[in-house]
Amino acid sequence: MLATIYALLFYAATAILVVGVVMRIRRYARIAAPLKIPTTPAPTTAGGVVVRMFMEVVFFHSLFKSNKWIWLFGILFHLSMWLILIRHIRYFTVDVWWWVQAVQFFGTYAAFTFLIGLGGLLIRRISVERIRYISSPSDYLMLLLLLGIGASGAMMRFVAHTDIVSVKAYILGLMRFHIGHLPSDPVLLVHLGSVALLMIIFPISKLMHAPGLFFSPSRNQIDNPREKRHLAPWAAKLEQ
Amino acid sequence: MADGADDLRKMEHPLDIPCLKPGAMEGLKPFIAAPEHQEKVGFPGELLPDWKERALEKMAELAEKNRAFQVYLDICVKCGACTDKCHYFLGTADPKNMPVARQDLLRSVYRRYFTFAGKYFPWLVGARDLTKEVLDEWYSYYHQCSECRRCSVFCPYGIDTAEITMAAREILDSVGVGQKYSNEIIGKVKDVGNNLGLNPKALRATLEDLEEELEEDTGVSVRIPLDEKGADVLLVTPSADFFAEPHIDGLLGYAKVFHEAGVSWTISSYASEAANFGLFIGSYENMREISLRIRKAAQDLGVKRIIFGECGHAWRVAYSYLNTLAGPWDFLDQNYPIPQHILEFTWGEIQKGTLKFDKSQNDHIRLTYHDSCNVARATRMGDTPGGQFEIPRNVIKSVCNNFFDMADETTRESTLCCGGGGGLLTDDLMDLRVKGSIPRMTALQEVTEEHGVTHMAAICAICKTQFSKVMPKFGYDMDSVVSVHQLVSNAIILTGSEEDEDADTGTEEETSDE
Repeated sequence: MLATIYALLFYAATAILVVGVVMRIRRYARIAAPLKIPTTPAPTTAGGVVVRMFMEVVFFHSLFKSNKWIWLFGILFHLSMWLILIRHIRYFTVDVWWWVQAVQFFGTYAAFTFLIGLGGLLIRRISVERIRYISSPSDYLMLLLLLGIGASGAMMRFVAHTDIVSVKAYILGLMRFHIGHLPSDPVLLVHLGSVALLMIIFPISKLMHAPGLFFSPSRNQIDNPREKRHLAPWAAKLEQ
Repeated sequence: MADGADDLRKMEHPLDIPCLKPGAMEGLKPFIAAPEHQEKVGFPGELLPDWKERALEKMAELAEKNRAFQVYLDICVKCGACTDKCHYFLGTADPKNMPVARQDLLRSVYRRYFTFAGKYFPWLVGARDLTKEVLDEWYSYYHQCSECRRCSVFCPYGIDTAEITMAAREILDSVGVGQKYSNEIIGKVKDVGNNLGLNPKALRATLEDLEEELEEDTGVSVRIPLDEKGADVLLVTPSADFFAEPHIDGLLGYAKVFHEAGVSWTISSYASEAANFGLFIGSYENMREISLRIRKAAQDLGVKRIIFGECGHAWRVAYSYLNTLAGPWDFLDQNYPIPQHILEFTWGEIQKGTLKFDKSQNDHIRLTYHDSCNVARATRMGDTPGGQFEIPRNVIKSVCNNFFDMADETTRESTLCCGGGGGLLTDDLMDLRVKGSIPRMTALQEVTEEHGVTHMAAICAICKTQFSKVMPKFGYDMDSVVSVHQLVSNAIILTGSEEDEDADTGTEEETSDE
């Protein structure tokens, strides 16, 4: 019964995540940027834009210039998340790939930096007057959801081990459309349920900042308006 | 000076963050455009009965036409990085002047009508209905943003509040609630060719007077040509350069530089305005219509090049948009940038060695330089990124001995707006303008204390007007703000003038330094 509910939940969550994000990205890609609006100084070549985006996506360069505390907690949380996500690939492949093996140690202890980063962001959201002013309930709940995922995961890894072999078998089964046995460990159920919820809200929430950044004209445009004429399709119609 | 200065916030340093004062600037509203001003710009004369539906339709339309608007509405995570970056927030402490809070005034409505979460769980995501109160709030706070893009520099996703402000103003215009100052001015450009409504006859008389003055002062006949067919260069400059101080001294500087460079040039009475307030109200169509006047003027006069005078947002529209809005410029000489900034031109001539200066003519001035927001964060000069910071400073250092930069966090890409940009340079917003200038004025006071700075140079007509109005409130004379080309004008040695003869017989010292 539990196994079936969670199986359906994950099938639904995966479909919503993939279809939702793809639809949103297609929308961003379809809408024209009518004018050249890179925040200058901006790169004058496509290669330069790749470097600029890389600095933003990997090192949060603008945020670093902006606020060192938000940068510190933000990058701690995001880098830890990547390590943890990579470590989790082991539950989706029969044989564990070498590079997944390689991050095992870091991916395990990243749980702590993940929680510290999120905790720092939550404390700032509550304690800094300006950030409290701009926060909606969803902004707190999003952090709590992520904290819940991290805490439940860390519990299973460091405090009360779940039957991870069965969990892996269950996941591998789901990937082949076979619903196997899911251990009824409450911490595991909280962990999996929260992850599914996060996947479901991803395309309809601010979590879209991840793909959205790549479509930000102020960051991804080349500074060459004098050299190359930029014209949106709808604007071209004005000239006829 | 005491007047009005008592209730101004004292800042420890230029970016000193205030405690929030909710409602501090509530209800501040610039005058609403009259029906005749609205209609000239292509908008309904007054608030439409079905304004709510029309506003939402317009919002949907903009989200379809402008990727920045759509993406920026979606992806803000409320991290708070921008909250202390707006000069109006720093100066007023009103939390709705924090960039993200300003965006949220519109984002909350977008969420309510266009997103799943906002439709079904409005309380969860801070979504709200569009009411008349919300519309009024938009009018108030979207006219407390100068579209300066400082917040965009510091946003991890580059979210540019200016894009949201422009969209909000366009939505307001489309339901019949426009701002008098901007829309009336756009109407004047369409009727007469410039923001001032200065007709060709009056313009010609003004320029002739200036020519006479120049000859009296220098003994050299320096021309300021109008509508001269076959000139090489069309100069498009803000109309403030024709009559306001210190702008006019800048215009004299351009004339002297062209004279010494031996380049024939002309101003056009048809396109006698570099400013393009279509930018401020976010109207592509209006911005395009004004830009096309420049194209027509260039074609009618048969010029080979277009050069823009000192004006911040005008340089943004020129540098970033002119090719888009009024191009292609295949009939101009492709060996020069199209368009070119007057500072690019002057710096080029300085490098070629065609200009001679007596820097001591500016020795009564201890100078700092205010990077105008639009030039700094929305344009470039020269071939390399950041040329918009270096070229003005290079020119300044070529003509002026005493130059001191203000604090790094208030210059170049981090520059603070003067407080009057983005269509806010109107007397009915004076309170906001003064408060918004406090961060810049505090940075200026620092270099005055440290280096005895007496003057501040700017390359924007709006900055110059704004500063000459607000500087007296901070203990400076109104003529403490100067044009960069005014300094050039002071120092330049015209061939055949008295100074020139002195220089020829004297040492080479004065002329050899770059």
